Amino acid sequence: MDDLISDFLTEANESLEVIDIELVRFEAHPDDRPALDKIFRLVHTLKGTCGFLGLGRLEALAHAGETLLGRFRDGKLQVSGEAVTLVLKSIDRIKTVIDGLGATGAEPAGDDADLISALEAMAMGAPSPLTPEPEPEPEPQVEGYDPVLGRALRPGEVSTADLDAAFAAAEGPADFAPPLLAEPAMPPAETRPVDSAEEDAAPVAAAQSIRVGVDVLEDMMTLVSELVLTRNQLLQINRGRSDDSFSPPLQRLSTITGELQDSVMKTRMQPIGQAWKKLPRIIRDLANELDKKIDLVLEGEATELDRQVLEQIRDPLTHMVRNSADHGLEGPADRRAAGKAETGTIHLSAYHEGGSIVIRLRDDGRGLDTARIREKAIEKGLLTRSDAEALTESQVHRLIFAPGFSTAAAVTNVSGRGVGMDVVRSNIEQIGGQIDLQSTFGSGCTVTIKIPLTLAIISALIVGASGERFAVPQGAVLELIKIGEGAEHRTEVIEQVRMVRLREELVPLIDLGSELGLSQAIQPSFVIIMKVGSHRFGVLVEEVIDTEEIVVKPLASVLRNISVFSGATLLGDGSVVLIIEPNGLSQRAGEMPQAARRAIDAAATNNEEAKVERKTMLLVRVGSGALKAVELGQITRLEHVPVGELQHLGSRAALQYRGKLMPVLCVDEDQRLKTEGVQPLLVVAGMLYTMGLAVDRIVDVVETPVTIELSPTKTGIIGTALINGRATEVIDLDHFMIMALAEHARTGQADQAQEAA
Amino acid sequence: MSVRDYVTVRVGGHLFGIEALSIQDVFYPRNITPVPLAAHEILGVLNLRGRIVTAVCARRRLGLQPREAGAPEPKAVGIEVGGDNYGLIVDQVESVMKLDSDEMIPPPDNLPPRWAEIIPGVFRLPGSLLVVFDAPRLLTAGLQLGVAA
Repeated sequence: MDDLISDFLTEANESLEVIDIELVRFEAHPDDRPALDKIFRLVHTLKGTCGFLGLGRLEALAHAGETLLGRFRDGKLQVSGEAVTLVLKSIDRIKTVIDGLGATGAEPAGDDADLISALEAMAMGAPSPLTPEPEPEPEPQVEGYDPVLGRALRPGEVSTADLDAAFAAAEGPADFAPPLLAEPAMPPAETRPVDSAEEDAAPVAAAQSIRVGVDVLEDMMTLVSELVLTRNQLLQINRGRSDDSFSPPLQRLSTITGELQDSVMKTRMQPIGQAWKKLPRIIRDLANELDKKIDLVLEGEATELDRQVLEQIRDPLTHMVRNSADHGLEGPADRRAAGKAETGTIHLSAYHEGGSIVIRLRDDGRGLDTARIREKAIEKGLLTRSDAEALTESQVHRLIFAPGFSTAAAVTNVSGRGVGMDVVRSNIEQIGGQIDLQSTFGSGCTVTIKIPLTLAIISALIVGASGERFAVPQGAVLELIKIGEGAEHRTEVIEQVRMVRLREELVPLIDLGSELGLSQAIQPSFVIIMKVGSHRFGVLVEEVIDTEEIVVKPLASVLRNISVFSGATLLGDGSVVLIIEPNGLSQRAGEMPQAARRAIDAAATNNEEAKVERKTMLLVRVGSGALKAVELGQITRLEHVPVGELQHLGSRAALQYRGKLMPVLCVDEDQRLKTEGVQPLLVVAGMLYTMGLAVDRIVDVVETPVTIELSPTKTGIIGTALINGRATEVIDLDHFMIMALAEHARTGQADQAQEAA
Repeated sequence: MSVRDYVTVRVGGHLFGIEALSIQDVFYPRNITPVPLAAHEILGVLNLRGRIVTAVCARRRLGLQPREAGAPEPKAVGIEVGGDNYGLIVDQVESVMKLDSDEMIPPPDNLPPRWAEIIPGVFRLPGSLLVVFDAPRLLTAGLQLGVAA
């Protein structure tokens, strides 16, 4: 393809992405002048380039869009959702044409008269009521005749005057003088003075970066990987030598190589916001289409990850966000009925955690319907009724990741075609990631994805089995336990499956050597406990040799179908070692007799039941919110204190209690201490100090089995528990104890308390 | 007339030709790491100057007997197929011949199936036949079906 065209394609696609984002922002804030100027300038540039390259169809489209945008700019037309939709539609059409151009090298044939006439009609629409007196047109020929060109405008052209006005208004290099006009035909009023504040805010970093081909970066990465391996080899050779004259330069080489590797890795890193660019537009369109009100909150856009990984998660993320908007969030009427705000929120956040990046998608919609998923799974033949009944709620929720599963009752334009979360899951797993989900019926759903930062270099455990060495990615390793004589753990055979008892739970084991068709381990001495998704299993190996940062190299195509290997790497001694793919191993470990599975489930259930003990919970009312709970056993006393006895120290409160000043804390931010009558207090005595937790009313004491679903979304709340059939927030006493300690320290009471103790 | 270079290799006593342009290097295959669960013909992977090379045994591929004990060390012909590096393990690499590809005749019909799919043609040499390998097919066709996937 022509270089000019391919450069144009790259640039045009970037511009279109920006236009998308800016348009959505502009629609929400019609007075955002810089946004409009930016859009106008981008569309204009696009049009100009198309004209230069002889791309007539694109040029005409861009022109019509530009005309409409120009009317917004002039204030002659009020911004409306309808108009923005129309502009977005023409941007979409432009994208289609550009895609065609990219595929074939020529503009695809087609007629855009429909869009162009719609755009023109909109542009000619009634003038905005805000400007009842349209500005006098500078010259009668503004739409048809250009004084600078000295001729009538052709279709698709803008008058020179408009053009200059656009350029003068658009942000640009600060030191660039406004263009001087040879022809004084343009009334000076047309030129809007450039706002200097805007100018300062404009990014000037453009000169700080250059465009480099991706293949160059890929090559660099490969070369650096080679260099790392060669360095490792040299270091290994040097270790075996008595003469140490090579050591200093080798050390230097080693440091430089490491730094080089870091720098090259950085060039591959891109902010995750790149993969989110299209989301605001998608959500806007969906909200219109589905008649919902949706607020998309993006957080952590600057979190960086490897380009390759970014490409792989782009589609799954988009799919999941669509899902949330379509299935997750209810319409405004339903939301109102459920006592929620009309506008649903989709919250997408990303942050780093160790060598991984965690992406969390949270919506405050209706959550997963456990009963419906169960029915659907039975209907689709994924499992039998009795199996389905036995599953716990979270196990049922995970069924949506099963192939061919989709709960949407109706196939909408948006989603529900049966290819859904299973594709998302397999995409995520392909790059060594994990996906999990928590849902509370009625209040929303959270999907958490954990993916490695990079696929190129990973940390791995080098293990030995059947005389061969293998690399196991650390990301999937939970823990390493020693078995055999004298070790704390031993393996047992239950229902023909070898298992290890780990903290009262049974973990099924597989023997790495025999799984791979090699000999069975004669004396396995280690178990690598791995977790893939929710599946936990142990891998028996003979030895654990080392941990090493390895460079992942793909296997040849004839070996790629072996699901237990994800690639190969070179070790310091120059030999090749295969990298185990945890997902592939997990599938093999999952194949076991029903009886064995039941034994594992039984152990797990026993354990869970042991965990779900009956507790006596105190229900209290605090502030305006729902009831909150706290375990009665943790409360030392319940007190009702006349408000007069409370001492107020600024915004803080304290009480003289048993000879000491005890801080009194509020549970909730919007809670106020009582001003008359008595103030109920929960007195909690710690080892060194006591505190009083003010509540509005003590409601009830109930004895109930309690499972606290941890959800650290609010400070001072551990999570929620189902009490009397209602999700109730459980107060985190530890949090308040720490706050109370700070209070003590502040008042110097901690010292006294210590003396007393 | 289109003259091409063919590298001749010996496998189990037979002489085969491989188009020289497709060959990157010739090396001794050493320190091969076996790949469990792979097809029988794949001996394993090895490190050739920092590249991972998949070693495919020509004898096994052609259904010939394994090499006799005490035979000289085998050699590998390095060939790139679809971006992956392969090494075809042969008994001996002999010479380079210039041959007119127009003179290549179709292989006889009675070839065993596993030979037929990888042999595009044969050259008549004075006193012998040179069987030509289609190297990419030889290295990859049908090998994906390992023992288990």
